[in-house]
Amino acid sequence: MSDLTYLSLKDVTLAYGKSVAVDRLNLDITRGELIALLGPSGCGKTTTMRAITGLMRPAAGRITLDGADITYLPANKRQVGLVFQSYALFPHLNVFENVAFGLRLKKLGGKALETKVDGGLDLVGLSHLADRKPAELSGGQQQRVALARSLVMDPKVLLLDEPLSNLDARLRLEMRTELQRVQRESGVTMVFVTHDQSEALALADRIVVMKDGYIEQLGTPEDVYDRPSTRFVADFVGFENIFPMENGKLKTADGEVPLSPGTPVDGTVKGLAWRPSKVALGTGPFSGIVKGSSFAGHAREYLLDSALGPIKAEQPVPHDAYDIGDRIAFDLAPDHAARLTRME
Amino acid sequence: MTGRLLSYVTLTLVLAFLLGPFLIIVAAALSAGETLAFPPQGLSLKWVFKVFEIESFRNSFALSMFLAVFGTLAALILGVPVAYAASRYKLPFGETLRTIVSAPIIVPGIIVGLALLRYLVIPLDVGIGLALFIAHTALILPYAVRVVSASLENLRSDIEEAAVILGSSRAGAFFRVVLPNIRNGILAAFILGFVTSFNQVPVSLFLSGPGVRTLPIDMIWYMEITYDPSVAALAALLAFLSIAIVFLAERFLGFSRYV
Repeated sequence: MSDLTYLSLKDVTLAYGKSVAVDRLNLDITRGELIALLGPSGCGKTTTMRAITGLMRPAAGRITLDGADITYLPANKRQVGLVFQSYALFPHLNVFENVAFGLRLKKLGGKALETKVDGGLDLVGLSHLADRKPAELSGGQQQRVALARSLVMDPKVLLLDEPLSNLDARLRLEMRTELQRVQRESGVTMVFVTHDQSEALALADRIVVMKDGYIEQLGTPEDVYDRPSTRFVADFVGFENIFPMENGKLKTADGEVPLSPGTPVDGTVKGLAWRPSKVALGTGPFSGIVKGSSFAGHAREYLLDSALGPIKAEQPVPHDAYDIGDRIAFDLAPDHAARLTRME
Repeated sequence: MTGRLLSYVTLTLVLAFLLGPFLIIVAAALSAGETLAFPPQGLSLKWVFKVFEIESFRNSFALSMFLAVFGTLAALILGVPVAYAASRYKLPFGETLRTIVSAPIIVPGIIVGLALLRYLVIPLDVGIGLALFIAHTALILPYAVRVVSASLENLRSDIEEAAVILGSSRAGAFFRVVLPNIRNGILAAFILGFVTSFNQVPVSLFLSGPGVRTLPIDMIWYMEITYDPSVAALAALLAFLSIAIVFLAERFLGFSRYV
């Protein structure tokens, strides 16, 4: 834990009865950071988020926030905000009262309350809808109310559960920018949960990729996207050609294949992976037969059958040099490969 | 064409069947004669006024009102937590619990009444009034649980978590965000319970004693002795009261959504 650590999870284990959802998770978050917990459903990301809010108690481990141990602090005392995936607005209260809810519990009233609520609604651009009931708002507006409701509490950490998944494509883009703006303006530390890698890449300062209750990789969007470190992450971000390594050689169905000359690979590397776009076609030490060819808008995708196994390659369009059945040469350059340290 | 005619005839017969007794009672209540009869012998309001002068009616009306109001309140105090628990937690015997709670409407009232008399009132020497209160509470409980459950079904449970994260206690969340949102369901349950209790006959039949009778039982008892139109007048008044309650409930709560 460094001096800059604001929110820290140390060996946190989370379980539902006997089934362990998150196993000894360690995570340090700096103040003002925007963190994405990314992973498929069941990876433990939502459970981790619930543990930070206090809605779930860890079976083991410690959680500290702003220098204080909050492991066993009840949810209503944590000063942590949560924007639910379903927004969870109070249906019987209008927008103003929804936002005022937590402030009233803090015994804020009169002018101070009004100023605070108005400020919150202003921040999300909903001042003109203060009198509406949640049922009279669109999904995007409801989410803004939920956001304002959390933000006016000045939370130490704001958690967002799948903040963009219930919105349509256009609103999603708008909300993405909105979230970044709100984060910039309020400076609040944000942690959001998502199963969509493009959301995580676009929004987060750092991404925590999770699988089966473990952290697979923790890094900047560039790290995760360009330099996945495990087979799971590589596959998740679109490295479709993945090969295990043994003794500095690629292991394939037909035995070991030496790499083409390039950057040497050290012993900790258990596998290499290439994006389809990084497979060079036309030249190289390998060859394969074109089994499939399809147009994918920005590129043409080829499926090759080679001694290495099936290879997926992509060429920018217009491209129609190869026909099905052609034998073509290709190259897998080590300096374009992701070095994977875990293959399971 | 014949199909259409047939459906009109059926509809008319159904309406006659539903409304006929009510109309006959109203007509009989307005009779100027001395005995309960239809068609009425002349028109007058004297029996309607007479109702208010009969002391046993006044007493039994007060008892019925008391049972309907406080029996329903008691049933709600017991039923709301049951409905809440059943909807929010995966109870190991949830279905069994539901069945047990529904038992008083599944078991015929005659049997409930007899059982309460035989095993509560006689051996334990429980007063008739208390026995009636317990019986009515038990009878209303299934309705309370069912109607409140229906409105809880439509309420997302994460609003409670939202309230907790915003600083409320668990109990506070129930009172601040659950209760206000099921308020209409609770009112609907109250009205349904009230009407059920007020019109209850079979159970109350066994649980009556000197001077302690619910209104419907008192009306039967009165009719056995005095065969004048005041019973019809009282029945008509009660029918109008029920209609008014249900009409207002539908108007302001959308009552039919809950039952």
